[in-house]
Amino acid sequence: MSQTKPYRVSHLDALEAESIFVMREVMAEFERPVLLFSGGKDSIVMLRLAEKAFAPARIPFPVMHVDTGHNFAEVLDFRDSRVAAMGLNLVVASVQEAIDTGLVRELPDGTRNRIQTPVLLNAVEKYRFDALFGGARRDEEKARAKERMFSFRDEFGQWDPKNQRPELWALYNGRHHPGESIRVFPLSNWTELDVWHYIAREQIPLPDIYYAHDREVVERDGMFYAVNEFIRLREGETSQVRRVRYRTVGDASQTAAVLSDADTVEKVIDEVAATRITERGATRGDDKVSEAAMEDRKREGYF
Amino acid sequence: MSQAVLETETAPSAHMDLLRFATAGSVDDGKSTLIGRLLFDTKTIFADQLEAVEAVSAARGDEYTNLALLTDGLRAEREQGITIDVAYRYFATPRRKFIIADTPGHIQYTRNMVTGASTADLALILVDARKGLVEQSRRHAFLTSLLRVPHLVLCVNKMDLVDWDKSVYDKIADEFTSFAAKLDVPDLTIIPISALNGDNVASRSENSPWYEGPSLLHHLEHVHIASDRNLVDVRFPVQYVIRPQSTTVTDYRGYAGQVASGVLKPGDEVMVLPSGLTSTIAGIDTADGPVDEAFPPMSVTVRLTDEIDISRGDLICRPHNAPAVAQDVEAMICWMDESAPLRVGGKYTIKHTTRTARTVVRGLQYRLDVNTLHRDEDAGELRLNEIGRVTLRTTVPLLADEYRRNRTTGGFILIDEGTNRTVAAGMIIEAR
Repeated sequence: MSQTKPYRVSHLDALEAESIFVMREVMAEFERPVLLFSGGKDSIVMLRLAEKAFAPARIPFPVMHVDTGHNFAEVLDFRDSRVAAMGLNLVVASVQEAIDTGLVRELPDGTRNRIQTPVLLNAVEKYRFDALFGGARRDEEKARAKERMFSFRDEFGQWDPKNQRPELWALYNGRHHPGESIRVFPLSNWTELDVWHYIAREQIPLPDIYYAHDREVVERDGMFYAVNEFIRLREGETSQVRRVRYRTVGDASQTAAVLSDADTVEKVIDEVAATRITERGATRGDDKVSEAAMEDRKREGYF
Repeated sequence: MSQAVLETETAPSAHMDLLRFATAGSVDDGKSTLIGRLLFDTKTIFADQLEAVEAVSAARGDEYTNLALLTDGLRAEREQGITIDVAYRYFATPRRKFIIADTPGHIQYTRNMVTGASTADLALILVDARKGLVEQSRRHAFLTSLLRVPHLVLCVNKMDLVDWDKSVYDKIADEFTSFAAKLDVPDLTIIPISALNGDNVASRSENSPWYEGPSLLHHLEHVHIASDRNLVDVRFPVQYVIRPQSTTVTDYRGYAGQVASGVLKPGDEVMVLPSGLTSTIAGIDTADGPVDEAFPPMSVTVRLTDEIDISRGDLICRPHNAPAVAQDVEAMICWMDESAPLRVGGKYTIKHTTRTARTVVRGLQYRLDVNTLHRDEDAGELRLNEIGRVTLRTTVPLLADEYRRNRTTGGFILIDEGTNRTVAAGMIIEAR
């Protein structure tokens, strides 16, 4: 921990200490925790916090990736190299496999954000996970601002915003009946800028697509989507090579890049500090559906 | 809407400190507007959020951009124009990162105010200058003092609607000050504002030349919170025992936890409760290496020189400064469950620091009327949002301090054993 004055802690130290506390609570009170790891920056930060929480022991739970099949190759490579380097047990819940076996049906528009929820719930049931760490932050979206650190989910994985457990002091209530589970959000109190300051301080490696690079993109609804196997040019559209980076990494068919010259972590921090648009607003087609799009998906069991 | 000029224009850095505050107010006194204003003036609101709010405002026929819509996120809240649940908001200035627990002021939501106040360094209460103090202002002030929030700010809002009349402000300020004096509020600041127009929010307003205090934001940035922490009483609740099962690290046994209070150093003689055995701190570890001292709110791993049996729920302290090892607890309780009331004889799970036990309610001394502070000694139960003094007996000893001395080792929750719901928040008065 870095200290500037005696008995002073920076906000990053305070956030880190809180996240570590939450992870240890879960390990102490649950039978089968799992950490949701997508290869995105928030889950990468969570993994670093888990490493710190249990050192010098290894991370005592597996990680799970809900794989929509629409991935950025760089992110999958990164996922696999981190998992190998840290000796983690990786569970992949595959949306493609679920489509093939008939658990879910491909939507007419080909997007897979909505159908990943049953795939996630199916994996939870299969492996009997009782606590799931997610990297969601309350600053991301207004429905998430009312989310608890320990978020109770019924046997259908559903979130009921009007029936949440009060959360007092640091006394988290993880009690649940068999089949129910708790979603745990150790980064609840972090903002996008906090995450980047922490990545810089801890020198945490990220997939390259978080930094500025040249990429063939197409402009749609004011957002820049990479042209690749998931996003093809429609009639009348033309692609262009622009200098871009990704602020969030989700389903490759739904996640847009932002125009940026920020090719180092310091430049990204300057950019994030100055930016005027939320990261989900700038980059996520999936949140634009309705005013309460996120609330609706969370009720269904999404993170 | 004009953008107020911040007193400093540098971007938030990696070296700020952290202040958590809770806001409370009644439905119409402009709390959401004030929060929207703080976010707007610190440039925390993003263009897409503002556009969304402007669009919804226009569709609803609001006469101005309704900043309250920024904070009311759930469908039912937008439909009913009320805030249902505690919402957490974030903003930062170059000096501090702020976490707001935005709690609804509506009468049935006392539990949310208690929840928000439990972790707050500061509580911010709003009153409408036209209406003056109402029942809820007094209730919020009382809850702030019950939860021992160290700093209290009263914002007298909508001063523009009383033409910035100093006498209106003075009357409210005097009345509130004399009420707060009965409540043991350690630090009170009163600020006249207009949340709608931004007066005295991010910068001092020309509309109140008679007011010589700071703007709200200036106060939030500068209020001294470092000495609110208890650095005297060493309390380290053991959360988790780290024993690596590996070939490279052998014989490691560390006690992981977050320092609740006090300062721990290697070489310190310590006592472990409830066993009462003593040992010496061999080292304090973090993943980034050993540290010379640990203090709140650090999460660390403590190693001792002796092999003693320690598990989750035990507590490390100093031999001559220990909490009570107690099965009989006197406490103030805020009941939070709508499905069933607290009754004498009821059995619950109690969670206190990292220790979980069972408890039975032995007695209900009185129910407190939070508006009049009248004690009803004939009360037979506590219902949702009611507060009272109870006696509990626990199955195993708690390692407890008075809440007024230590918010971490003095607070607890009760959990219903059937529904698993959190049904009460408790603040220990005496443990023996």
